Amino acid sequence: MTVQRTTLVSLLALLAAGPALADCAIDGSGSVRILSNDFEALRIVDAGAQECASDAVTVTANATTEHKNIQVPALTANPAEYTVAMIANNSIVPLLGDDLIRPLDDLVAQYGQQLQPNQLIKIDGKIMAIAFMANGQHLVMRKDLLDQAGVAAPTSWEEVLTAAQALKDQGILETPLSQPDGGTWDLAAEFVNLYLGTGAEFFEPGTANLAIDNDQGRLALQTMRDMTQFMTPDYATNDTDATAQLYRDGKVAIETNWGSLAATLIDPAQAQPEVAENTVFAAAPTIGGGTIPAAALWWDGFAIAKNISDEDAAASFQAMMHAIRPEVATAKAEAAVWLIQGYQPGPAAVGVVANANGGARPYPMVPWMGTLHEVLGTELADFIKGNEDADKAIADITAAYTAAAQQAGYLQ
Amino acid sequence: MPHSTFLRFMGPSLIAMLLFIALPIVSIVVQSLYVEHPQVLITSETCQPFGGCTTTTTVDASATAQLREDEPLGQFNGLGTYFDRNHLAFREIREILRTADGVGDVVSRIYNLPLYKALAFTVTYCLLVTPLAMILGLMIALAVNTVPQMLKGPVIFFSLVPMLITPLVGALILFWMLNSEGILGAAIQNIFNDPNLSTRTSAPLTWATLIAYGTWTNAPFSFIVFYAGLQAVPRDTLEAAMIDGASRLERIRYVVLPSLKPLILFVLLVQLMDNFRVFEPIISFNAAANATSLSFLIYSSLNTQTTQLFGSAAATSVITIGFIAVLIVPILLRIARELSTGRG
Repeated sequence: MTVQRTTLVSLLALLAAGPALADCAIDGSGSVRILSNDFEALRIVDAGAQECASDAVTVTANATTEHKNIQVPALTANPAEYTVAMIANNSIVPLLGDDLIRPLDDLVAQYGQQLQPNQLIKIDGKIMAIAFMANGQHLVMRKDLLDQAGVAAPTSWEEVLTAAQALKDQGILETPLSQPDGGTWDLAAEFVNLYLGTGAEFFEPGTANLAIDNDQGRLALQTMRDMTQFMTPDYATNDTDATAQLYRDGKVAIETNWGSLAATLIDPAQAQPEVAENTVFAAAPTIGGGTIPAAALWWDGFAIAKNISDEDAAASFQAMMHAIRPEVATAKAEAAVWLIQGYQPGPAAVGVVANANGGARPYPMVPWMGTLHEVLGTELADFIKGNEDADKAIADITAAYTAAAQQAGYLQ
Repeated sequence: MPHSTFLRFMGPSLIAMLLFIALPIVSIVVQSLYVEHPQVLITSETCQPFGGCTTTTTVDASATAQLREDEPLGQFNGLGTYFDRNHLAFREIREILRTADGVGDVVSRIYNLPLYKALAFTVTYCLLVTPLAMILGLMIALAVNTVPQMLKGPVIFFSLVPMLITPLVGALILFWMLNSEGILGAAIQNIFNDPNLSTRTSAPLTWATLIAYGTWTNAPFSFIVFYAGLQAVPRDTLEAAMIDGASRLERIRYVVLPSLKPLILFVLLVQLMDNFRVFEPIISFNAAANATSLSFLIYSSLNTQTTQLFGSAAATSVITIGFIAVLIVPILLRIARELSTGRG
């Protein structure tokens, strides 16, 4: 009995420690504490960093969808609660604004040989973050149903509406479309995607003054409204998880959804067999005769906290380099659209790659974008339900944004 | 009672009330008079994976940090936050009253302002759920009181279930059931024979659902208090009423209700305050598009992805305290009167 238990324990120890010892050798000692959002690809990166745990290095990871709310207070503390903050286009902004992350130039020079130039997020020439994956909302559609209706795969929102009309008229699907118009964040993101696709700017250059009171703003709103007639009656409460589930259940034929969810739509274990088999991904549709996909491009990456010791920073950086080493991109190719060297896009990456190749614009990194996003989420609710027209919606958004931006100190 | 004994007796409670009630209120009142410092902006070159390097505007972190260090509370704004569009919006209301045509237009335009929209639902919810839940609770209590002794335990337990379920979870379960794919949602569509009917998209139906949920979840509290009160209703008065030929309804009207009166006032007070800060069901039902409450506004001022609006949240809190005071002062006066006339 004792012998057996000892054998088991040592086997487990070998399993747990073996690869870590073999793979991840950190130069120096320290503590690595990671804060990240919670989705599959980031969990993979967290797990990769945890392989670096050893006698000299401790590694902990906290993956939570509430990361945006805790990152600023957690990194303001000295020493910071976390040494590594996983961030994206939008969530890096408050960390930069409060001066909570450190320049990485020295660490990149010393430990970052594997990085490619486009992974480096530079502000005024200083490397402030390392990107490792791309994300974005792209078109997802059922080839079989489109063929049945005799329409070609749509490439613009106008064609999507025509295709939806055909699917509905021919009785193939009662609610062929599904867009995330519920959940305040998702609703705002929908408008941001469409407005970016028109090529217009959200703000007057160099200021925090809102500039969406234009034809492009009205076009984006009108398109959002036009889509709702082809959606389930619950559309105003469906977020991206809900629309993805509708799609997996075969209830809709066309939608846009996140690249990070794409794999679940073609996985026969999660989606209905006919859905998994007949789904095609493409770039987000264009809008109003534009040429670029109407979707924001997102990158996910990491930054290192400022208020920590240099040893912890070096250990953290090395652990993250191990977590995003080129083998991860090949071994876990289906989990994300990696920006890591040597990555070969798999079937689930088609949409995001097409967005990037089509010239889709990145989600704006200006400090007041977050304030606008909040306001869009609450003010668009009335519009999307059909209670008010586009002019009224834009007037409401402008008024609410101005009040909030004054509160936040962006406008005087 | 000598003053020193009274102080020793009340002292700890008074200190606790000062620390946990009075000081936080003072703190939010002070906070509500301030807004964030003006952010010092600079232009810098930003490089990211897509689109290469561009010139963007960013916050000058060190200059802004210096401002914060000098005045940690922020920038004094007086009552500005209270009067802006996202709060009491006096300027907007004056404008509406000046330009509107007809009462309907005034109402719909004022309803479009965030605070008044939230207030409309909060007050409606509070004024409907409070009496409905109390009536339902009283009815359950009267019914349970007549159940045979051996069944009382299980019946009481099941009547309390709504109170045992975490509000967020209870509301979420109902939310899923009301999905047009869910059992209740599909049933309602079937009954009204309208495939486009959605309790989640229409505002009146969302309000009705939230109020029904509120009644369901609040009734057990009234029930358990009233049930306890029923045990103390004088038996001989009830029997005398029976001998005088009073029907069951008359006995409830003239004997039971008057003896429950102090309890009714107490439950009314607690429930009004409780219902005025309705919040969880709005989150669970994803109902922000159709119904918001004052608590929800505070939550959304604080739960932001970038700048938390402490001044805005504090101002909404102070306004909420004001409304609760208006709502419960009449009841408190009533209770005080009852006490001074020697009852209760």
